[in-house]
Amino acid sequence: MNETTTLDVPVSQGDEDRYRLKLGPQHPATHGVLRVDLELDGETILDCDPQVGYLHRGFEKLAEHRTYAQNLVLTDRLDYIAAMANNVGYCEAVEQLLAIEVPERAKFLRVMVCEMSRLTGHLLWLATHALDIGAMTVFLYCFREREVLLELFAELCGARLTTTYTRLGGVRQDVTHEIMMKLERFVDAFPACIEEYETLIDTNRIWLKRTIGVGQISGEKAVDLCLTGASLRGSGVDYDVRKHMPYAAYDKMDFEIPLGETGDTYARYRCRMEEMGQSNYILRQCIEKMPPGPIVGDDAPDLVMPVKPGRKVEVDTSARNGLIKLIDDRDVYMEGDIYVATEVPKGELGFYFISDGMGRPYRMHIRSPSFIHIGALATMGKGVMVADLIAIIGTLDVVLGESDR
Amino acid sequence: MQILIIILQIAVLLAVVLLHVAYTTYFERKIIGHMQVRMGPMRVGWHGLLQPIADGIKSFFKEDIIPEQADKPLFLAAPVICLVAMLASLAVLPFAEGWALADINIGLLFIFAMSSLASYGIILAGWASNSKYTFLGGLRSMAQVISYEIPMGLSLVGVMMLSGSLNLTEIVTAQGTSIFSIYLFPQIIGFFVFFIAMLAETNRVPFDLPEAETELVSGYITEYSGMRYAMFFMAEYIGMMVMASIGTVCFLGGWNGPFAIPFFPPFWFILKVYGFLFLFIWIRATLPRYRYDQLMALGWKLLIPLALLNIFLTGLFKILVH
Repeated sequence: MNETTTLDVPVSQGDEDRYRLKLGPQHPATHGVLRVDLELDGETILDCDPQVGYLHRGFEKLAEHRTYAQNLVLTDRLDYIAAMANNVGYCEAVEQLLAIEVPERAKFLRVMVCEMSRLTGHLLWLATHALDIGAMTVFLYCFREREVLLELFAELCGARLTTTYTRLGGVRQDVTHEIMMKLERFVDAFPACIEEYETLIDTNRIWLKRTIGVGQISGEKAVDLCLTGASLRGSGVDYDVRKHMPYAAYDKMDFEIPLGETGDTYARYRCRMEEMGQSNYILRQCIEKMPPGPIVGDDAPDLVMPVKPGRKVEVDTSARNGLIKLIDDRDVYMEGDIYVATEVPKGELGFYFISDGMGRPYRMHIRSPSFIHIGALATMGKGVMVADLIAIIGTLDVVLGESDR
Repeated sequence: MQILIIILQIAVLLAVVLLHVAYTTYFERKIIGHMQVRMGPMRVGWHGLLQPIADGIKSFFKEDIIPEQADKPLFLAAPVICLVAMLASLAVLPFAEGWALADINIGLLFIFAMSSLASYGIILAGWASNSKYTFLGGLRSMAQVISYEIPMGLSLVGVMMLSGSLNLTEIVTAQGTSIFSIYLFPQIIGFFVFFIAMLAETNRVPFDLPEAETELVSGYITEYSGMRYAMFFMAEYIGMMVMASIGTVCFLGGWNGPFAIPFFPPFWFILKVYGFLFLFIWIRATLPRYRYDQLMALGWKLLIPLALLNIFLTGLFKILVH
């Protein structure tokens, strides 16, 4: 046998004492399937290189072959922790592109589900962040409240996670009186729950030691790294899409943007905790101010479902919320491009469309906050210890479904 | 005949302790469950009472996987070292007056030696598995053992000085039968240091760094499965019990209680041990985990100076009294 063989002899590069560790994709603290390639000196990280793509499903390409209405279900699978907020973000973008008017009640309902999903997102963040640092009990306390919200989602639209609740030009179903009553009960009880979480960890010496000064990032640096959401506001930069570029009914809501000062893990933790309080306050306003009226606009396009011959389809036209409405979609869509951003629990979620006048997007790009936050991990993870890296992954609040889309 | 009796005693002791270990896991899961607004095990038997037995059967019949890259002899030896060292330290514990298997004069030193040996098992497991996470777990364990053996030993020097003995039975007798004469009060600093060092020594929260789940997957036991995993698990729980027993013997007056229980002298001893175990579990449900360097700083900068101060104060006290 005259086969050429290469000897697997490592070439000396002066870094033989480095310990290379591939953290993930199967690791309990990487929030899904994130892989971080680490080079360690003892427990100190010398080099940190995050790898994404294990959950790639090609949504952006897939969207080019589906109509605008059909693409809505893809957005459920982005940030599956707060699907409602993604639905709203997508619909806001398409409605601006197609110039569709949304009735007032639908706008309020959108704000309501957005804030509910912000609470579910932040509760899951707090749960997993605390679990990563080792506080197990907070995890289950948070899931107790999250369960109430998910049950409300199920009652509202039939699904707990993959909601597809909004529709181009409105929302799919109106809220019933019972849902509003249940939500009100939740809103009344929730501030006490936040206090309960705080008693567990807020002044805990070990928690403070593990979060203060960890993953510290200045406001300037955070802007450079394109951080958004609470990860940016923790560094004291006042930027929230809800306040600065209001969408849906946020301009009619009274709320504050909590800001941190130090830009460390603890500041971001405080920011998100206060955001939960603000979300709760917005929910209360939604309940009080909810205007009457239709939930879908008159010129709203919808799924074009071919009616099978010999099958009778009942369409409830009087309520104007029937799922099936045939329109000639060619006329509606205009040419051009548009970028619309919304504030989801993780940060700024943007949809960028290029339309060539057909019923499908020519190109859809999703600016997902998680993807950009994982990019920041490479900078923030250098020079810290392994345990701190886990805390930083938690505090950046990433979800891989959104990052890999 | 003498040997036969001793073998019988050993067998009874092992059976009783292992049964307690099994039900400590149940105790822990139930308590943590209720602290975390859930039920804990409920399915096997009435309120999950048979759960430990089901767990035992499960781990016994599970496939025992040995990684190809592992150092096989060491990989096989590590859990045995852990378990045997922990079981051996049971021999010197006085459960009641005259209820010690081996009432030797160096009881306290023997237990220290054994618990240090058990950490060899952990380090060897981390090394022999030849996996990155287990290696880091083993390293952490090594550093932790070195840092916390010292304050633990020093914290008990005060007790040795007061009782004038290393024999566990004599330490208990020296404390008398009154609740006010137990060493908890004169040795409160020592007890504080001992308690923290005890948590670290048994790898419990907030010092569970060698097996920190969210950082090192499972640390040194990542590659173990089936019965070998269960052996580490048992060793950890026996370790908890041994440490709780030392705390009971050295600070809480051992088997002495407010009144004597007829027919069952170890009653108060077991009650106090379970009190300690409850504290272990309570802490696990409450506290987050320390970081590696913070753990080192706590051990060297706070606990060792405190323990030394305690020795100095105890010595001063003895000189002044006599």
